[in-house]
Order: sequence, then structure tokens, then C-alpha cells
Amino acid sequence: MSAVAQADPAAPAGSAHPLSHRRPLGDRLFAILAAAAGVLVLVILALIAASTSQQASSWFSTEGWSVFSVDWNPGTNSFGAMSYVYGTVITAAIAIILAVPVSLAIALLLTEVVPRRWAQPIVYVIDLLAVVPSVVWGLWGILVFAPWLQHIYASIASGLTGIPVLDSLFGAPVSGASFFTAGIILAFMITPIVTSLSREVIATVPAIDKEGAYALGATRWEMITGAVWPHSQGGIVGAVMLGLGRAMGETIAVALVIGASPVITSHLFAAGYSMPAVIANQFGEASGEFRSALIGLGVLLFVITIAINLVARGVVERSSRRKRGA
Amino acid sequence: MTAATGQPAVDLREPAGWRRVKNQVATTAMWVAFAAVLVPLGFVLYTVISKGASAISWTFLTGGPIPPNVLPAGTGGMGPAVIGTLEITGLAAVMAVPLGILGAIYVNEYGGNRLLARVVRFMADVMTGVPSIVMGLFIFSIWVLHFGYSGLAGAFALGCLMLPVVIRSTEEMLKLVPNALREGSYALGATKARVTLTVVLPAAIAGTVSGSLLAIARAAGETAPLLFTILTVTSTNANVFSGANTALSAQIFANATQPYLGAQSRAWGAALTLIAIAFILLIVARFVTARFTRFSS
Amino acid sequence: MDQPEPTVATSTQLPKPAALQAASPQDEAYAPSGRPVFDAKGVSIFYSSFRAVTDVSLTIYENEITAFIGPSGCGKTTVLRTLNRMNDLIPGARVEGNVHYRGASLYGTGVSPIAVRRRIGMVFQKPNPFPKSIYDNVAYGPRINGQRNKAKLDDIVEHSLRQAALWDEVKDRLNKSGLGLSGGQAQRLCIARTLAVEPDVVLMDEPCSALDPIATGRIEDLMHEIKSRYTIVIVTHNMQQATRVSDRTAFYSVLRDEKSDTRTGVLVEYGRTQQIFEDPQDSRTQAYVTGRMG
Repeated sequence: MSAVAQADPAAPAGSAHPLSHRRPLGDRLFAILAAAAGVLVLVILALIAASTSQQASSWFSTEGWSVFSVDWNPGTNSFGAMSYVYGTVITAAIAIILAVPVSLAIALLLTEVVPRRWAQPIVYVIDLLAVVPSVVWGLWGILVFAPWLQHIYASIASGLTGIPVLDSLFGAPVSGASFFTAGIILAFMITPIVTSLSREVIATVPAIDKEGAYALGATRWEMITGAVWPHSQGGIVGAVMLGLGRAMGETIAVALVIGASPVITSHLFAAGYSMPAVIANQFGEASGEFRSALIGLGVLLFVITIAINLVARGVVERSSRRKRGA
Repeated sequence: MTAATGQPAVDLREPAGWRRVKNQVATTAMWVAFAAVLVPLGFVLYTVISKGASAISWTFLTGGPIPPNVLPAGTGGMGPAVIGTLEITGLAAVMAVPLGILGAIYVNEYGGNRLLARVVRFMADVMTGVPSIVMGLFIFSIWVLHFGYSGLAGAFALGCLMLPVVIRSTEEMLKLVPNALREGSYALGATKARVTLTVVLPAAIAGTVSGSLLAIARAAGETAPLLFTILTVTSTNANVFSGANTALSAQIFANATQPYLGAQSRAWGAALTLIAIAFILLIVARFVTARFTRFSS
Repeated sequence: MDQPEPTVATSTQLPKPAALQAASPQDEAYAPSGRPVFDAKGVSIFYSSFRAVTDVSLTIYENEITAFIGPSGCGKTTVLRTLNRMNDLIPGARVEGNVHYRGASLYGTGVSPIAVRRRIGMVFQKPNPFPKSIYDNVAYGPRINGQRNKAKLDDIVEHSLRQAALWDEVKDRLNKSGLGLSGGQAQRLCIARTLAVEPDVVLMDEPCSALDPIATGRIEDLMHEIKSRYTIVIVTHNMQQATRVSDRTAFYSVLRDEKSDTRTGVLVEYGRTQQIFEDPQDSRTQAYVTGRMG
């Protein structure tokens, strides 16, 4: 076996003995570069936390615990975030309630119902759904969808006047740009990610388990509930939580269709506001403590979404570990 | 066939009605769910195309400056925004894609099971969930406050969004490369860097390219990070590194809330342009995956 | 996590587990009726245009254990899966010829595969308990067939686990996950699950190939115990197993088409097990059973 000369350009000729342990300079540099790129992720995350908190620190220190009050008034220099937190949570909840059944249904459609050949067009539709930019959803939402929804909301609200629980949820006041409209648009936007993650989870169900169910004379639905669901539970919960995180952080579409009215109300058809929406809408004119407060909302958002992400990945980890045996 | 005497007739028809009904209802519900996303998507695309097409023209795509909102459709153009989107997204891609690939190489080829590699992989995953507006605020706090608004700042923000996505998708592709390829290269006396760059990465290149294209497509459509970094202006800024800039997404956002039909028409046109860009990148990405995913033909 | 198999005496004759003593009175007077359960005539099985198995004709008789043996790729599992329409799950699979089950055509119009599989159950090569409790595993079949009464389900679960010789080992932990059982126990759980829907026929696709010899022995004992109540067809690549458990044996082999370089499975010989192994009529059978081939 002839010795193959190492034509490593970074190593000066003759410096690397073929059998020595010293790696050539170029090789070591590359390894360091790659590691640095990896560490960059950690550095960026740390800097995000540090720089935004530093900017928000004046808000935190001035308000103290009343950052969570409902009194947000730039005029009087008080900035309580509660109505925005409420709006963020409510719209995300609506989005999840609407999107999860739809996403799971489509994921099951792709994995269990539709033959491989015909699955491609459906996947393309989901891809297309994912690539529509947030601002285009918002543009369509505010100029076309919201006005149309206003009529529907109005009819529903008038039909429900007087009925105890439903009236406080779906009764007047009614506005095209509202919590519910934002929730619907968020649902469209998070469906692709929940669908594709669920699909990945369902695809890991061993075929032999599905055959076992069929061999007992199960219909397809019975096979899904008997063999697919127990295997996929944990992963799907994780996928849903990631969708939740995405819904909470979504900014532009919500900013355009939520109605820009910071109120805490049970009426889902009323105009409202959310953390990312108010930051986007008002940052341009803000300065001093106002600006610090807006950045502070960003910090809150960061903390919440990171927390949801961590929990989601923990859930997925634990369920895939449990699946491998009691 | 001998029909045995005395055997009761066997009933092999469908089981009890309610089981079949449940199965049918479930399958129908799945198709309804698909329709529930297909219809609005179709509606959005139809609206954007029909309203945007009337605004699009060569002047629209290349002319400038962007006129004041009150002026009707047909005046000025979105040229500055088109150039802005292309230069800012391009700069972001140039920064994020190589770094992302390097990061994926670290995690998959060098890191092994070491704690640092696992932490980086985990954090890259977590970072994909950071809202885009937070990235914008981050770059604002750390760069804009000291160096002012610029296309570069916007590119930083978009780059931070793209980085974890490129890392994760590239890592998935690297994992698929069979070890036999690496071993064959090592056996010829190559260094690890050489193995990675000349054998492993080319084998994974199709998936890496398509994953990066998808990340770029998503970044091109982002608005929130740009709001805090480029200070949406109305004339072209060819210097992406200094001075305020504009982009299609930011312009759409600015115009969307205007009552003037001219501004709205320009918004639709910009939306159509943006969707077209994203769509083209998506198609190219899918084409690359379909055509070039082969390790050993 | 894994439950060790209880140690047994070293004699080759494994003692009959106590749980099976309280079986039905038929056991002592085992007398198969000789009625045909399956009648296959000229059956060929295709995957798209590829002919996987050609021209199989045989009759499976009630309350007997029939073994399918042969070298790999000879189609014995394909034929087995045709008997409960499991090949339907493979896109492009198609059956030509006639398969009759107790007089009714298995592939006729109006026949529901779901109804077929309730009557003709299947145990797989690799044990596949659902990620549910042991109780829920066994109760799955009865539940989807409409049985909701808790007391009746308890009865069915116990009866099935007793038939599968598993009751004593798991009766105190029915709520534990089925995934925590050893290979042999998991396979007996799958058998219990199959028996819980009270099928007519039990098909077994190499049920012991993933198990150690002791677990294998227990399952072979089980087969002897239940054959008076069920008809069993077993695919096995272990000839000794075929001689130990089966009443009839079908030997399959592979036809190679030189022109198209394809392999098609074909039924070579079928008869009583004793005759197949001691006095095979076809030279290919003789070559296989004496170990010269396969």
C-alpha cells in the first residue's frame, strides 16, 4: 500500500509526518471554526436575554410588580402589561383550539388514509400555507377577511343576546378586527408546523403495531385510536406546545387584525391587543420609559416562548423514552 | 370445492353499522379539515393575485421612489422595496447559511456526544422558537442604538432567525450520509476537515440547499425584525451597510392600515411580489430535493 | 423492566402448566371432524405485475395444525396472509384464483375484510403488544366489537390469558404496560389478544422465531392445548417445530425464471406431516427435509 501524500494546503510541506499524531493546522482551524459557529448559537441567545433585559430594566425597576397591572397609559407614564398578556394568551388559545384538530386530521390523512402517490399534492398545499408571509395574512385579514367576518359576528351576536354564557363570549361588542379574527388567522399560520411535526411523530409508529390492530378486525379509525394514538400521544402534545409558542410570538398578522384596543374582556368578537402587536404598532413613536416598557414586553414574550419550548421538548423526550418500555 | 354438510352459512359482510359509520365519519372529518385550510389559502392567493396583478408593472417593480400614501395607484413604484428585500435578505443569507452549515458540521461531525454539542443542538432547537419580533428588539438594543438604522442591522436580525433553522435542517441531512462514505475517505488518509468538506457535505448538499432556500424564503417575508432595524424609507438605498432602508414586507405593513386606495393597491402589488419570490424559492427548493437526493446512484 | 422466564425442569417434556388443566372437556377426546375450513384452488398472488406465488391449491382442515415450510422467499408468508386478507394492506397486491372459507368466497364481492379478520386471527413473528396495559391489550378486540360490560370484559380477559398460559404470571399486574413483558410473555399476550375475539382460525407467522427455546416450548404446548377449539396454520422455518406440532405440512419452494430473473413461490407437496417427513413424494421435498437444500 503506497503512502498517499497528504496534499493539505494549510500544512507547510514536510511538517506533518504521515504517522505523527499532530493534526495539520488547517484541520485544527476548521474544527475550531465549526465549534465557534455552534457556540455562536449560545452566545446569541445569551445576548438576546442580556441586551433586551438591560433595555427593559428601567421599566422593571420603575413599575416593580405593577408591570402586571392593567393600567397602560403612556400619558401618565404607567405601563401595566396585563391587557396585552391577556390578549396574547386568548388569541393563542383560540388558535390552538381551532388548529389542533385540523392539523391532526390532516396529519392522519397523510399517514393513514391517502396512498403515498396522492400525498404529494396535499403536502404542497401545506407547504404553500407555510410560506405565505405573516404580513400578507395581515393585509388580507384587515382588508378582506375582517370586514366579511364582521357581518357574521354581528348575526351570531344578535342571535345569542340574553343567553348566559354564550352571550358573554360571543355577544356584543362586535368588531371585524378582534381577538377571534386574530385567533383564526393564527390558526391558519400554525397549522403547517403542527401538521408536519405530528406527521413525523405518527410516522414513527411501527407498522407491525398497525398490522396487529388490523389483524384483530379493526376498522381504520379503530386502528388509529388503538395503535397510533398511544404511540404518538407524547410527541403530539409536544407538537401542539410548539404551535402554541409560535402563536404567542406571531406579530404582524395579529397587529393588523386584532383591533388595537387594550381591553380585558370575555367578548371574543371584540377588539383587543397582544404583546407583539402593541410593540410593533407603537415602537416607532416610543421613547424613554415607554420604549423601555415595550422592550420589556419583548422580554416577557422571550421568557414565555422559551419556557414553552423547553417544556415541549421535555414532554417529547419523556414520552419517547417511556414508549420504549415500562 | 366440496361444500361440507351441516356447516352453518358464514356471514362475511360488513360489521355492525355504527362501527362503519364511525369510520366513515372520521375519514370525512379528515377531508373536511383539509378543505378548511385549502379554501382560505386559495382565497388568499386569489385575492392577492387579482388585486395585486393590476398594480404590477415594470415601473412598479423597478421604479421609485415610493410615493406618499395619498397618491393613487400607478404613481411611483416599489423598486426601492424590491431592492431592499433582495439586498437585506441576500446579506442575511450570506451570513447565516455558511455559519449554519458550520454549526451543523460541528454538532454532527465533531461534537459527538460531548456536552457542548448536545447543548448546542438543544439550544438551536429552542432558538427556532424565538419570536421574530424578539430578534428585532435584540438587534435594536445591541446594534441600532449604537450604530443606527441600516440594512445591515436588518440582515443581522434576519440572519439570527435563519441560523437555527439552517443548523437543524443541515444537521438532519448530515445524519443521513452513510458512515461508509466517511470511512472510505479516512481510509485514503484524508483529514477530518477534508472528509467533511469533500465527501460528507457534497453528499448532503441537496437537502442542505433546499433547507437553506426555505429558510431564505421565510426570512424574505419577515416584517417584525425589520421594523426595529431599517426605519422604512421611501427611496432606494444601494448601500446596504449604512443608512436606513426599506423592504417589501415593511412597506406592506405600512400601507395596510392606510385608508387610501392608492396605498392599498401598492400594498397588494407588493404582496404579490413577495409571494412570488417566496414561491419561486419554495419550488426551487422542492425541485432540488427531488432531483438531487442521491448518495450512491 | 424485563420479566425473566420462570425456570423449568430440564426434562425435554415440559410439564403442562397448571392453568391449562381447567380447560374444556373436549381436550381429552380430541377428534377433529375432517371438515375443510379453507379451500384454495389455483391461487396466484401478484404484487403489481410481479407474480409472487403461483398456482397454490390445498385444503386446510378443521381443528388441525397445518404447517407451511420452505426456504426463504418461497411465499409461505404471502399465502398465509392471503387467508385473512392482510395482503390487502399492501398497495398493488392482488389475488387470482379461488379462496373459500367454510364455503364462502373470501375475495367475493360484498365481503368485508374486517369481518374476515375477526374470524381469522393472526399472530406475528415479532411480538407487537400495544403500548397499553395488559388488560387493555386483551380487551381491545372485544371492545371494538361492541363489548362494553366491565364484568364480561373481565371474564373474557381472564379466559383468554388462561388459554394463552399467561394468566398466572400477569394476573396481579393487569394494569401494567404490555411493553414491559419478556419476549415469550409478550408473544403469549399477543396470542391471548387474538383469542379474545373468539376467532375460528388462528394464523401464526413464525411466532417463535424471535424467542428462546424455553419460550418456544411453552408456545408449542399452548398450540396443542387450543387446537381442539381452533384451526391453526403456522408458517415456520424450523422443521423440527413442524414435526413437533403439526398434523399436516405444506412444503413450498422457489421457481426461478432464468429469463426475467424473478423468483416465484410454488406449492410442491402437501400431506400429513409424518408422510412429508418420512416418505416425501417429490425430490425437492426430500432434499429440503433431509437438509440438503434451503
